[in-house]
Amino acid sequence: MRINIKYFGQIAEVTQKEEESLEFSGIFVSDLLNSLFSTYSELKNTSFKVAQNQELISNTTKVTGAEIALLPPFSGG
Amino acid sequence: MQSKKPKNVFQQGAISSDFIGNSIFKHQTKTSIGAHNIFLGQVRADVIDGKTVSAIEYTAYEDMANKKFHEIRESAFEKFDLTCMHIYHSLGTVKAGEICLFVFVSSPRRKVVFEALEFIVEAIKAETPVFGKEIFEDESHQWKINS
Repeated sequence: MRINIKYFGQIAEVTQKEEESLEFSGIFVSDLLNSLFSTYSELKNTSFKVAQNQELISNTTKVTGAEIALLPPFSGG
Repeated sequence: MQSKKPKNVFQQGAISSDFIGNSIFKHQTKTSIGAHNIFLGQVRADVIDGKTVSAIEYTAYEDMANKKFHEIRESAFEKFDLTCMHIYHSLGTVKAGEICLFVFVSSPRRKVVFEALEFIVEAIKAETPVFGKEIFEDESHQWKINS
């Protein structure tokens, strides 16, 4: 399936882009991360959380095709 | 003053003292209020490895952040007897000494506003996807992490 991924903060510095659309053939968030790690190896050393449909999710959550975002540590305020 | 749809909490650049003063002024017609409490987050000129922070550049996952701000707002109204509550957060560049977060709570009674304000500010820091890039005087940068 085709999914859209958004990158923020230092994650966007690693990927050198703020979003992209890519073809995903796995099932879980962990599958998606493995595929991103092979494209952006530096992501492995970067701390982040994953949101799907604007809610935080874990590595064992199924990817539904809704909007995915990689979020570095929050630092508002 | 509860609203059903998430409002836009973000403002471009620093939050001015005029804006804050005017917000206080606007509440003078709401005479059931007996106590206001205000939190102002100010950009601190931290010195890190000999370099001074001159500004913070804020970005956010705006849709999710506005949704989270809305959830925090709803749970604050559920937990505390508040008359009204306002949150404003900066996006873009805010220089050291300028205000980047303005939280304003009002209630008939004072004890409520002290507790509510702390609850709200802590929730904002922990739950909203906002990202601060600390810009140093030499234009290098590092990413801020909330402690």
